[in-house]
Amino acid sequence: MAALARTFGDLDRAEEAVQDAFVVALERWPRDGVPANPAAWIALTARRKAIDRLRRARREVPAELAAAVEAPALDLQEDPSAPIPDERLALIFACCHPALAPEARVALTLRALGGLSTREVARAFLVSEEAMAQRLQRAKRKLRGAGIRFELPREPDLPARRASVLATLYLVFGEGYAATAGDALVRRELCAEAIRLGRVLCSLMPDEPEALGLLALMRLHDSRRDARVDARGELVLLADQDRSRWDRVAIAEGSGLVERALALGGDGPYVLQAFIAAEHARPGGPDWARVVGAYDRLLAVAGGPVVALNRAVAIAMTQGPEAGLALIDDLAGELGDYHLFHSARADLLRRLGRTDEAAAAYSRALSLAANPVERAFLAGRLSSTTARRPP
Amino acid sequence: MKFLLTIYGEESGWGDASPEEIGQVMAAYEAFGRAAAEAGVLVGGEGLQPTSTATTVRVRDNETLTTDGPFAETREQLGGYYLLDCSDLDDAIGWAARVPGAQNASVEVRPVMNYEGAEHVDEARERAQR
Repeated sequence: MAALARTFGDLDRAEEAVQDAFVVALERWPRDGVPANPAAWIALTARRKAIDRLRRARREVPAELAAAVEAPALDLQEDPSAPIPDERLALIFACCHPALAPEARVALTLRALGGLSTREVARAFLVSEEAMAQRLQRAKRKLRGAGIRFELPREPDLPARRASVLATLYLVFGEGYAATAGDALVRRELCAEAIRLGRVLCSLMPDEPEALGLLALMRLHDSRRDARVDARGELVLLADQDRSRWDRVAIAEGSGLVERALALGGDGPYVLQAFIAAEHARPGGPDWARVVGAYDRLLAVAGGPVVALNRAVAIAMTQGPEAGLALIDDLAGELGDYHLFHSARADLLRRLGRTDEAAAAYSRALSLAANPVERAFLAGRLSSTTARRPP
Repeated sequence: MKFLLTIYGEESGWGDASPEEIGQVMAAYEAFGRAAAEAGVLVGGEGLQPTSTATTVRVRDNETLTTDGPFAETREQLGGYYLLDCSDLDDAIGWAARVPGAQNASVEVRPVMNYEGAEHVDEARERAQR
C-alpha cells in the first residue's frame, strides 16, 4: 500500500487497489494455492486493478504504474524485504507531515499504518465515527492537494520531519496511557499500537537514537500498566506500586534500548526521558542524583515549565522538600492552571507538615483535574490531609 | 508544482520604521528574489502598497459596487506575494521560511489549483458539452 500511495499520491486510491487485489486473492488462492511471494503478488495485482479502474473512468494511467505492470517477472522474484522498508518509512513520514494538524497526523497514522478501521480510531478518540471520517477525509485531501510527497524527506528536512513522526507516535501512546476523558486510566490497544509502530520505526532507522529512545520510553511506561491502577480502578503512585506486577521483559527491553541509544551518542529529549524512566524501574528505586542530572540536560535540550516541574520534584528528593518547593513556586505563573503543579506542591507541603496549605493545594488540583481516576486519587489525598489537621 | 506565498503582517509596524530599517528589509527581499530566481523557482512576486490604497470591487445584480479599503479589516494585512514553482510542499516551506517577512509576520503557503486531471472539472466539462 505504501508503494501505491507513492504512485498515486493518494491514500484512498491506494487502499481501493489493495482491497481489489485481496478480493481476487480470496477467489484465486484457495483454488490455485498461495503464491511463493504473496506480498509481491498482491502488489502486482493491486497495480493491475488500479489500472483497470483508471481505464474504466477514462483517466490517464501514470507512466510508472504502466511500467511496473509491464515487467511482472522481476516483481515476483524480488526479495520481499528489499524496497518495502523505504516505502513504509515514506508513508509514515507523509502521514506525520508537520503541515497536517496534530490530530490529523495521529488519525492518519492509525488508519494507514496501524490498520485500524475508521470506527476503531473514532472510538479511541471518543468522537463519532462520522466526525473521524471527516477528519480523515480532510487530512487525505490535504495530503493529495498540498504537495506532500510520499518520499523520504531530504537531509536538511529530516530532523524536523523525524521529530514530527516521533511526536505523533508519542501522542498515540499518550492517548492510550492516560485517557483525558473516560473512566479507564490505561487504554491498552492504543499503547500496544504505538509500541508496534515504534518498533517498525526502529527497524527502519536502527541507528537513530531518538527513535530508540521513544520506543524505550513507551516500553518503560507501559511496563507499569498492571500496577498503575489497583483492583478498585484507583490510581497507585509510582512509589506505592506493587513491583511484582511490573512487566520485567518490557523493562529489560526498554533499558537495553536506552543503553544502545546512549552508546550511539543519543542526547535528545526521548533518550533522556527514557533514561529517567529506566531509573525509576530499578529494583532498588532510582538514583535521584542521576535523575536530576538527566533533568538538567533535558531542561537545556527541550525545556519547558513541565520539565522544570518534574526536575523540581526530583530535587526535592536530593535536596529536601524546601528546595523543591522553592523551585516549584517559581513556576506558579506558568503552571497555575495545571493540576499536577498543584498536586506536586501539595505533596511537598504535606511532607513539610504545612497541612493547611497542602489541603488548599490539593483542593486546587482537584478543581483542575479532568480524569476521574486522578480526581478520585486527589480527593482521597485531600480528605486524608484535612483529617490530619489538629482540631 | 506551483505555490502562492502570501505575506501577512501588521502594516502599522512600518510607520515606526526608520529609513535605515526599511532599506535593510528591501535589501533582504531583493536577496530573496535573486536566490529564488537563481534556483529556478521564482515565477513572480511583488510587494503591495498598504491596504489604505486598496479598493474592493463587487458586482451584485449587475451593479458594480466599489468600497474604499481591503475586502475585510484584519489584524494582519496582505503585504506581498511570491509565486514559486517548487518540487513539493517541503521545498515550498523551505523557501517560505527564507522570506524576510517570515521573521516577524506570517507567510501562507497554498498550492495553486491544478485543473489537469481533476475529476470534478472533467465532469463539468463533459456536462457542458452535452
